[in-house]
This record gives sequence, structure tokens and C-alpha cells, in this order.
Amino acid sequence: MSDQQHWPMWEVFVRSSRGLSHVHAGSLHAPDATMALRNARDLYTRRNEGTSVWVVPTEAVTASDPDSKGGFFESASGKNYRHATYYEKSEGVPHL
Amino acid sequence: MTTATENLSPADAAGQENFDRLIAEDSRIEPTDWMPAAYRKTLTRQISQHAHSEIIGMQPEANWITRAPSLKRKAILIAKVQDEAGHGLYLYSAAETLQTGRDELVDQLLEGRAKYSSIFNYPARTWADIGAIGWLVDGAAIANQVPLCRASYAPYGRAMVRICKEESFHQRQGWEILYELSHGTPEQKQMAQEAINRFYGPALQMFGPPDNDSPNSKQSMDWKIKRFSNDELRQRFVDMIVPQAEALGLHFEDPDLKWNEERGHYDFGELDWDEFYSAIKGAGPCNVQRMQRRRQAFEEGAWVREAAAAYAEKYQSSDSQLIA
Repeated sequence: MSDQQHWPMWEVFVRSSRGLSHVHAGSLHAPDATMALRNARDLYTRRNEGTSVWVVPTEAVTASDPDSKGGFFESASGKNYRHATYYEKSEGVPHL
Repeated sequence: MTTATENLSPADAAGQENFDRLIAEDSRIEPTDWMPAAYRKTLTRQISQHAHSEIIGMQPEANWITRAPSLKRKAILIAKVQDEAGHGLYLYSAAETLQTGRDELVDQLLEGRAKYSSIFNYPARTWADIGAIGWLVDGAAIANQVPLCRASYAPYGRAMVRICKEESFHQRQGWEILYELSHGTPEQKQMAQEAINRFYGPALQMFGPPDNDSPNSKQSMDWKIKRFSNDELRQRFVDMIVPQAEALGLHFEDPDLKWNEERGHYDFGELDWDEFYSAIKGAGPCNVQRMQRRRQAFEEGAWVREAAAAYAEKYQSSDSQLIA
């Protein structure tokens, strides 16, 4: 019954105001980039929530696999020297 | 929660364990996480039927756009109906993350294989009904949707957050329509009272059957999709709307509706569950009309979809100068 095989899926990112980054808002179907952008504006920015909208074909998104923690993401344990709280001697020194 | 990992493959058993841990920790399940097939299935059904409800729900209100009593009210009603379309689309997007495509979801509605909230099988007979719908129907939806913001399946929760932000104007719009009427002429006040008489019972039934008639609730709560039972949410809603009705100068025609000091809640009367089930099964006042209208809109819009697809294929356009 439906005939939307020519309407691929797009991911929508919206920058809500200057100074912020684009944040993923959701997805939609549209036949091309122009329609995707206009539909994204109508769907995700009805209340002036956007100064800029990005639309990206969903298939263009490359994603990490949440289960491959060990291999892909560096292990956080044992590397607390990446955090400021590791450094105790600096405690109480102004502007450090 | 017991899980039979013995009959699963090693990969599935690990997935089940991970899933169980995430649920137990009250964390969130994302689209690429392993999940039980039954979890995926029930969520696909729930989210898509929620989406269908938003789209069908546009109809009783859209009916009044040409009939709204003033230009401002027309503009406000258009904005509300536009929001409902948007809510349906957020929910279809969330449902699609569970790997059922948009076309299939839409086909399920068009072919009568999926349900939508039965409240939309009732007509909007007067302008006051638009008030009752905004106040009581959207109000009940809000009471249901706020806890769903914390549903274990994250895309559903995120859609709910976005929807809840937009829904609050709907409830105020409805309440204020009734306020104008209840502070107008005696006939207008009467119209407002009659509208809420019609919608009180059906709105309370939006929370679903009584808990002991609701066999799927337990699994849904174990999976932390559903956070509160039907009866709990229904009670919460009644407690909220009684003072709101008083502020309107209207009342609910429920002889059993009274404050119970001991319970700390309002008691209310038995609802007509026979009528509810009958409406769900297709015998409601507007079931046929709602589906007819939906199918008609789909068929009449085909040329737009086809033209857009043909244009896209022909021009492969991403000309940013065209984009306003």
C-alpha cells in the first residue's frame, strides 16, 4: 500500500542557539536533502528552537558499537590521571 | 526477573545478561543494544500505536479549524493540530529505531492491523468539546506521558520528553476555552458542562482497563517501560482535575465523586468498561469515519509523494539556494 521506497531516512541535528553545538533531535523520511531540511524545520523547530538545522542521510552515519567497549574505547580504569581530582598537592592553590 | 539463559546461544545469553543488568540498574536501552524479541515487539506495538493515536487524534480537532469562533482561536487550533502531527512523527521515528520501517507501520494502521487510542472514536460535537478535549484528553495524555519520559527504551523516553514540553499548552488551551464559555452566557456555560459530561468517562478510560484486567501491565512494569499502574495514574488524574473543574465553575456529573479523607484521594464512580471494549472493537461512534478519513488522506496524497520522489530522482537536488 505504501510507496515510500524513494523516501530514505535522515537524521536531524538542531543548534538551538548561537554558541551551542548541534544536538540530535530525531529522524524523518524525505525524498531529498531540500525536503529533508524543510521537513526538519517544520517538525523539530516549531517553537524557535533552532538557529541551524543539519540533515544527514541515516546511512551516512558511522556509529561505534556499544558492546565493543574493550576494543574500541580506551579503558577508563587505572587512568584517573586524566582527571584533575587526581592531583592533590594543588588543592587550595589559587587558580589551579 | 528470571531469565532462561540456558536455551540461548552464548552471544544471546551475554546480551540477555547485559539487558537484565541495564534494566535492574534503571539505566536505558538504546537501539543497538541486545534486547529480548518480546521487548522489541511490545515496544514496536506500543510506540507505533501511540503514533497512530496522535495522527488519528488530529481529526476531531481539525474538524473545528474552519468552525473556530475567532481568527485567533483558529490559529491556536491549527498550531495544536500541527503539534499532534509532529508528535505522531516523533513516535514513528522512535518506533523505527526498533527496525520496523515506516511503510510497514503506516500499512498496519491503514489495513486495520494496528490500534489507536479509543478516545478518538468519539466526536467533537461543539466548540466546547474542543475545550474538553484539550483539557481532559490531552490532560490524561500528559499524566500518562510524564512517567513514560523515564521508559527504559531511550528513544521512546526522549520522544516523550519532547512531546511533554509541547503538550502543556494543549491542556491550557482546552481549559481556557471552557473558562471563557463557563464565564459567558448561560447557554455557553451549559455547552461547556455538557462537553465535559461527555468526555469525563472516556478520558478516565484513556489510562486503560483496571489493573486486574490488564495482563500485559506486569511484564511492561518489569521491563520498566511502564512505571505506574493504570489505576494509579487514573487516580492521580482525577485528583488533579477536580480542583481544575472547580476553578472553571463546572463540575463532573459523577455521584460517587467525593474526597475520601482516609485515602487522601477522590473516590469516583465505576466507569462503563463494556462501552470501552465495544468502542475498541470497532463499534464506537466514529471508528469507521476515522479510518475512512485516514485512508482517504493517504490516497489523495499519493500524487504528492510520487511527485516528490520523481523530482528527487531526476534532480538529485541539494541546492542550498533553494532552502529558505
